[in-house]
Amino acid sequence: MSLELKNVKKKIGAETHIYSTDLKFEKNTINILLGSTLSGKTTLMQIMAGLDKPTSGEIWFNEKNVTGVSVQKRNVSMVYQQFINYPNFTVFENIASPLKIVSISSNEIKNRVGKVAELLKLTDMFNKKPHELSGGQKQRTALARALVKDSGLILLDEPLANLDFKLREELREELPRLFENRDCIVVYATTEPMDALLIGGNTATLHEGKIIQYGKTVDVYNKPNNVISAKVFNDPPINTTKVIKKDKTFSIENNSISWQCQSNLGALADGHYTIGIRPHSITPYKQTENSVQIKGKVLIAELSGSESIIHFQSGNIKWVSLSTGIHPLKVGAEAELHMDVNQFLYFDKNNKLINHV
Amino acid sequence: MSKISLNNLSHSYLDQQNNDQDWALRDIDLEWSNGGAYALLGPSGCGKTTLLNIISGLLRPTKGEVFFDEKKITHLSPVERNIAQIFQFPVIYDTMTVFDNLAFPLRNRGFSEDKIKARVKEIAEMLDLSQTLYNRASGLTADGKQKISLGRGLVRSDVNVIMFDEPLTVIDPHLKWILKSKLKELHQEINRTMIYVTHDQTEALTFADQVVVMHEGQLVQKGTPVELFEKPKHTFVGHFIGSPGMNILSCELINGKANFSGAAIEIENKPISHKTYSKTQIGIRPEFVSFSNTGIAVKVLKVNDAGRHKIIDIECDGGKLKMISSVATTIPSGTAYVKFNSKYTYVYGDDWIVGK
Amino acid sequence: MRKTVNQKAWFFVLPVFVLVAFNAAIPLMTVINYSFQETFGDNVFFWEGTRWFKQILQSDRFHGALGRQFLFTFIILIIQVPLGIAIALSMPKKGMGVSVCLVLMSMPLLIPWNVVGAMWNIFALPEIGFLGHSINALGIDYNYTQQPLAAWFTTILMDVWHWTSLVVLLSYAGLCAIPDAYYQAAKIDGASRWSIFRHIELPKMNKVLTIAILLRFMDSFMIYTEPFVLTGGGPGNTTAFLSIDLVKMALGQFDLGPAAAMSLIYFFIVLLICWVFYNLMMRHEEQS
Repeated sequence: MSLELKNVKKKIGAETHIYSTDLKFEKNTINILLGSTLSGKTTLMQIMAGLDKPTSGEIWFNEKNVTGVSVQKRNVSMVYQQFINYPNFTVFENIASPLKIVSISSNEIKNRVGKVAELLKLTDMFNKKPHELSGGQKQRTALARALVKDSGLILLDEPLANLDFKLREELREELPRLFENRDCIVVYATTEPMDALLIGGNTATLHEGKIIQYGKTVDVYNKPNNVISAKVFNDPPINTTKVIKKDKTFSIENNSISWQCQSNLGALADGHYTIGIRPHSITPYKQTENSVQIKGKVLIAELSGSESIIHFQSGNIKWVSLSTGIHPLKVGAEAELHMDVNQFLYFDKNNKLINHV
Repeated sequence: MSKISLNNLSHSYLDQQNNDQDWALRDIDLEWSNGGAYALLGPSGCGKTTLLNIISGLLRPTKGEVFFDEKKITHLSPVERNIAQIFQFPVIYDTMTVFDNLAFPLRNRGFSEDKIKARVKEIAEMLDLSQTLYNRASGLTADGKQKISLGRGLVRSDVNVIMFDEPLTVIDPHLKWILKSKLKELHQEINRTMIYVTHDQTEALTFADQVVVMHEGQLVQKGTPVELFEKPKHTFVGHFIGSPGMNILSCELINGKANFSGAAIEIENKPISHKTYSKTQIGIRPEFVSFSNTGIAVKVLKVNDAGRHKIIDIECDGGKLKMISSVATTIPSGTAYVKFNSKYTYVYGDDWIVGK
Repeated sequence: MRKTVNQKAWFFVLPVFVLVAFNAAIPLMTVINYSFQETFGDNVFFWEGTRWFKQILQSDRFHGALGRQFLFTFIILIIQVPLGIAIALSMPKKGMGVSVCLVLMSMPLLIPWNVVGAMWNIFALPEIGFLGHSINALGIDYNYTQQPLAAWFTTILMDVWHWTSLVVLLSYAGLCAIPDAYYQAAKIDGASRWSIFRHIELPKMNKVLTIAILLRFMDSFMIYTEPFVLTGGGPGNTTAFLSIDLVKMALGQFDLGPAAAMSLIYFFIVLLICWVFYNLMMRHEEQS
């Protein structure tokens, strides 16, 4: 079983909302569409579901061409950001609703609803109506309704966005467990990089209607194939700056900071490059031997109980550092921080990642 | 700027109260000094917005008093209290320009146009609104509009306290980060008393010097982010703060010592020996659990790569736990041993931290 | 999101289509037919071309009726819109009072229009009507059957009594849609009541008010039943508005040709003004 998008494009009027896209999702995978608002995630999901037709291109599900087949004829479930439930039905009736449309015996309905409700901890809520439920419970009901159908394709459009921080955490942790052993393809759209990293699976980074990269989440995070893909993981945002390579040394433009090339980077041509440094690679203490010092003026110090986020300025470049523990650096004071060279990402003048060992 | 004191504050939205559930706020006593950054943190429905509205004067409490400095102001309107409030969604005057929006509170108070112009320009500069100052306010993005709301509060130099009611709710995630840091920067610059209400612990802990954790209308713990993180007094605080929250598992108290997963555990707090509890639990944050050569035997269930660190699910006789390790840590496969940092391991009796 | 397209849906529209064709399109065709011809009945027609249109457009009688109509509509709007908004502003938003007010406001709208006319006819009679008698008792000489000014006054008063509620209900709905936070923020900003009205309530009621004004304009411009029952167009023809004058011509004098032409001109005037309104609304939408 697989979901394949072949050369799918979507134009509305003169505007292109989705540029030519090729994607293939396999059975029993959770696939995350990660991108900022208006990057095209919802449009793409609606095309996958059959709620919308692509301007050109084909959608193949289970080796069958389903382009143009309306959503009612497809075996698809969808969960939205806004806790969509039938307001006049009880929780039980809500979850049972997709089964009632197809003729299934009421015993069988009870059985299936019971199983899904247990999975989502809703067994005590059967007689309640949506307006009596909390936000988290409403969304669980919507999820249960999506799962009870046993559809081959489950689409979730930012389902946790309207939930409290802690509830989001809890439900996010339960999601992988909900989808295992279902023989389905899950597509999950989100703007939060943490969702992608903690759910795992595969991630497709989106930017302005284009899929920038698709692969295992850990790989997309650690080896972004260009600067844009690196920037999509923006919690916290990656530091980027221009560097110059000369002989075996890299140095930051207009700055005295420099370091030696490691591994096969020495073989690169001399010239201008871009580096990406994630905030957790910059700390007020030395993480490894291979670190370079940077001095700057502390602009903002955000100290939570467990982490310190320091915004500082060196020369005319602003940097963000994220470190564990509390480091009460004084605002306005000069500070010395250390950058772990091993974790630098190098991009060429076309903004493509330079792979180095 | 004022010191804010809340005495014995309780509030109910119902005319009659029969039980605890009918109260939105119960017995709140708080004191906040001049110029600090404070946060009210709690889940939806815990009463934090009710408390904020009582402080700002938009709501009159059923019981109790509010003082600014030593003056009782419970009966005063928001205008008379001289406060500013920023709401969940941006509130702007659609028909006016950004400039007129920011000037509005000053014009209502009869300041001269020269003074107004200077002050508005100053605030616009602080909030990066100078470029769009003469555009129509309705044309700005959500974060621009929230900045205008904020600006209207800042533009009055005699404001006693600025209150934020979940101000980043409608902001796009990639702009949320920027605006969050901006608010912190602002507080550092102007040092006015600010109260920030949220359910998002990242926002609360990075912004505030002092955080008040609320649950079901009551104040559970008040302290600095570090205090709340390192020594939560209630299991709710332990669970609510930290992502992931504190590991809280059953343990036994035998002769004043804690017994967990079949072994005695070193704990930081000293339980009072003659007290009995219906429920005893041990609490340890994932950040303070680490692999070692000896200790509690665990099985590694799953490793989650969160980019900046790794979150590891482990299981022992006493239950399931989470631990956080740096990216560089090698994760042993199969059976492993972990130890708890005793300085941050606590015993909780009936959900409250035991002893001192 | 695009709705799925199903051509069979057009069949649902068929019955309405037939009904409208029968009740509106065909009579309209008939009127157009009559407007270009002269007839005395018996299906005998003589082609007149645009004679009736020229005659109507140049007649003093038509100008008189048109002028009276515009004046009437103008006065109605000037009174009803601010009055309606003012009443809506003073209605409570929460509690028992809400249902009571809504019922009170709806009541005038439920009365059949000819009954409204009949009610006011008797109510304003100088001898036996409560209003007529009271005004005369105050020393003012008032008789709407004989004095043009009194007739206008009574007609306008009747329309205000009858239709202001519509503006009230629409404005009230618009007001209720404004989130509390706006009022709270305005309080905090120290805004005066007038400021709150000007900068928050009025802009937010924009769309609703446009609909209210459009509806009131159209209805008052086509008004027939109430003034006809009240004054019959009198005294003389001082309250003969366009529709009343038209009916007199068509049914009273049986001048079908000119009447048809006049009704078409009437139709186009209303259409033109609605088109102007629509464009103003659309341009305003685009701006915001």
